[in-house]
Amino acid sequence: MPEKIHINIKVPNETCYLGLIGKIGEDLAHTLTRSTVNREVLGYELNTVLTEAMANVIFHANQGDPTRSIEIALAVEGNRIIIKIYDEGREFEAANRALAAACTPDDLSERGRGIFIIRSLMDSVTYRRIDGKHVLEMVKTFH
Amino acid sequence: MQLNIVDYPQAVVISVQEARLDAHNSPELKTAILQQFDTDKTNLIVDLNEVRFIDSSGLGVLVSGFKNASARNGVLLLSSMQPQVKSMFELTRLHRVFDIYATSDEALLSLNNATP
Repeated sequence: MPEKIHINIKVPNETCYLGLIGKIGEDLAHTLTRSTVNREVLGYELNTVLTEAMANVIFHANQGDPTRSIEIALAVEGNRIIIKIYDEGREFEAANRALAAACTPDDLSERGRGIFIIRSLMDSVTYRRIDGKHVLEMVKTFH
Repeated sequence: MQLNIVDYPQAVVISVQEARLDAHNSPELKTAILQQFDTDKTNLIVDLNEVRFIDSSGLGVLVSGFKNASARNGVLLLSSMQPQVKSMFELTRLHRVFDIYATSDEALLSLNNATP
């Protein structure tokens, strides 16, 4: 029977929750015992992309406002992991441009590696408007 | 953030005593590094032995320290990197930027050898 797991989380817009959300992603990878995927590596990758994507939302879309919150949906459907991170920020066009332009960062730049890392570790990354919210969707297929 | 800072004749060793170096705590490491520069310490070794996870913010703080040290004719070396952390340096190609040593003792020794 194929894997089917759905987890929905809502946390305050604060960096102290990065570790918690990253850990949930890591633990999710470790539940995939029917797969031959390297669960240590996959878990670390999920921890990484969740941390990077959440930090982007906290600082950019939600502009560091601690009264806002972040919704995260984690799913395993068959051999795909689907992560959706929702925000209500106003920087949709700027974020979309940054996502489209993500490339290898200049070696000595201090910022700008987050999106590059996400795109490197996931198979597809999209940022869309759905029902008045913005959603960053990251998908990875495993075997 | 827990940091262990030891001042040796060749360099200051800053050991990060955290499992994660991320957007939550990396500003504190940046402050600690800048405090060393403020007291004219320009050779730094950041020991990552306890760090299991690093994100782009953590990487950015180390790049910032590297550039600041270079601008002061000093160095910022890294040591004791765990494999997962090293994989992030490789993914972002920063392993080509930093001198990375197996231990902080080796990093200190490299500075001894560099002394004319």
